[in-house]
Amino acid sequence: MSVSDTEKKPMQKSPSDIPAVKVQDVSITYRTTFERVPTFKSALVRFGRGERAVREVKAVQNVSFDVNHGTTIGIIGANGAGKSTLMRAVAGILPPTSGRIEVHGRVSTLLSLGVGFNAALSGKENVVLGGLAAGLSRKEIEARYEEIAEFAELGDFMEMPMRTYSSGMFSRLAFSVAVHMDPDILLIDEALSAGDASFKTKAAAKMSELVTNSRTMFLVSHAMSSVRELCNDCIWLHKGKLMMRGEPNEVIQAYTKFLQVGEAEAVSLEDL
Amino acid sequence: MNATSVDEEFNPSVHVYEPHKVGLPALRPYFKALWQRREFAAEMSRTNIRAANTNTFFGQVWLVLNPLLLAAVYYLLVDIIAGGSSKIDAGERFAHMCGGLFAFYYFSGAMTAGAASVVGGGKLLMNQSFPRMLLPLSAVRTAFFRFLPTLVVYLVIHLAMRQPLHWAMLLAPAFLIMLTVFAAGMGMIFAALQVYFRDTTSFLPYFVRIWLYLSPVLWFAEQAPEKFKGFIQYNPLYPLIGGWADLLVRGDIPKWQMWAGGGFWAIVAFVIGSLFFMSREREFVVRL
Repeated sequence: MSVSDTEKKPMQKSPSDIPAVKVQDVSITYRTTFERVPTFKSALVRFGRGERAVREVKAVQNVSFDVNHGTTIGIIGANGAGKSTLMRAVAGILPPTSGRIEVHGRVSTLLSLGVGFNAALSGKENVVLGGLAAGLSRKEIEARYEEIAEFAELGDFMEMPMRTYSSGMFSRLAFSVAVHMDPDILLIDEALSAGDASFKTKAAAKMSELVTNSRTMFLVSHAMSSVRELCNDCIWLHKGKLMMRGEPNEVIQAYTKFLQVGEAEAVSLEDL
Repeated sequence: MNATSVDEEFNPSVHVYEPHKVGLPALRPYFKALWQRREFAAEMSRTNIRAANTNTFFGQVWLVLNPLLLAAVYYLLVDIIAGGSSKIDAGERFAHMCGGLFAFYYFSGAMTAGAASVVGGGKLLMNQSFPRMLLPLSAVRTAFFRFLPTLVVYLVIHLAMRQPLHWAMLLAPAFLIMLTVFAAGMGMIFAALQVYFRDTTSFLPYFVRIWLYLSPVLWFAEQAPEKFKGFIQYNPLYPLIGGWADLLVRGDIPKWQMWAGGGFWAIVAFVIGSLFFMSREREFVVRL
C-alpha cells in the first residue's frame, strides 16, 4: 500500500518505547475550487452545467514515519513540498485525507503563516488568548507570562496593540510563546528566519536547551545549518512524497545534490 | 516522557487524527473540549469589546450612544414622516418601538457577528486546533454584553414615556434567553454557509433588514397587517420579539402559543445550526 519505498527505519528505536508521533501512510489532499474565492453565483453556474470545480492538490502522499520522544527532527524540502501541511496535520489542524496520525503529548505550534494573533489587541492579550486557545488554564498562562515577555524582549510594547509591531517583534513574540507553552512536542515552521542577529542566537540557544531537555521537536527550515546543528534526525519531502529519512548530514547532502542537479538542468534549459 | 501509558480513552494527552467521514465528530469529546476552552471564548469576546472602540473619541460611550441614535432614527421614520397619526398612545408606541428595536439589533448583531466569525478568524483557525464552535458562540457573548447597557437605556425611555412598571416585566428575560439561543443557532448556520459562499456577507444585511420589517418591532404583534396575518406567525421572531415586547412594554403575559413558539424556534435553530456547523467545521481550514 505504501508507495514511499525510500523510507528508512527510524534510528535508535528503543524497544518498549512508544513514539511521540506516529504518522502512518498519511495523505492529505486539498480540494479547492478554481476561483480564488468561491461564490454562490459561480456555484450556481457550475451546477447548471453539471460540473464540479474541485481541483485536488495532493499536498502529502502516503507518508509514514515514527518520531521517538526526545528526537529533534528536521524537515527539509523545496517550497510546496508539503512540509507545512504535514505540520498542520500533526498539530491536528488539518485532518488527513487518508492514513492515521497518532500524537502522544501536548503539541505547541509555531507555524509560518502568522500565529493567530489579533492585531487590534495588545501583545499581552494575544498571549493570554493564544494560551487559552491552546487549552491552558488562566493560572498556567499567568505563571508563564513573565518568562514569555522577558524572552521576547518587547518591553512596553507588550501593552501596545500588535498592529504597532514590526514584523521582527511579531515573530519574536510568536517564538517566545511557542517555546514557553511547555509542550511535549514543539512544531516550528521556519521561525529562525525572522528576528535580528542577537535574537536568532538567543532562539537557537533556547532550542538547544529544549533539545537537551529531551523535548520532541519538529523543525521545518530552509536553513540547512540550523537543521544540521539542532537535529538528530531528518526527513526530506519532495512534492508531498517522503524522499529520504536518516542522519541530518546525509539527508541534507542528498537534498542539496538534488537541488543542484535541478538547478543545472534549469540553467541548461535557459541556455537553449 | 509522560505519555508512555497508552490507554487512549483515559489519556488526555494522546491524540489520534484520522480522516473524517463527512459527518459529525464524536460528540462527547467534542463538547468536553468545548467546555474546557470556554474561558477562551469568554476572553476573546471580552478583549474584542475592549478593543472595539479604542480608536473612537467616545469609546465605550458608544454602547449607549448607539441605541439612542437608533431610537432617534426610527422615531423620525415612523412617528414624524409617517404623520404621527395616533397621538393617543404615542408614549407606548415609542417605548414599544425602542424595546423591539433594541432586541432586534441585539439579535441581528449576534447573528451577523457569529456569521463573520469563522471567515474572519482565518489565522487563528490555520494555526490552532480547537472546537471551532467557540468562534460563533464567542461572538454571541460579545453581542450580549454589548446589549446590556441598552437595557438601561430602554428603562430610562420607559420611565420617560411615563409607562407604568409591571411585575410581569421581570419575565421578559425568558424571551431574551430564547432569542439568544436562536441567534446562536442562526449565527452558526450562516458562519458555516459563509465559508462556502462568501456572498453571504453582502446578502445578509438585506436579509436582516427585511426580517426587521416582517417582525413586530415597528408595529405591535397583534397589529400585523391584514394580508400577512395568515403566515406572519411563522416568522420565528414573531413570538420571540413579540413576547419580549409584550412583557417589557405593557406587562402583558403572552399567550402560551408565544412561549411555545419561541422555545420551539430557539431549539430548532440551535440544534440544526450546531449539527450543521460541527459536521462542516473540519473542512473550514481547507476552504479558507
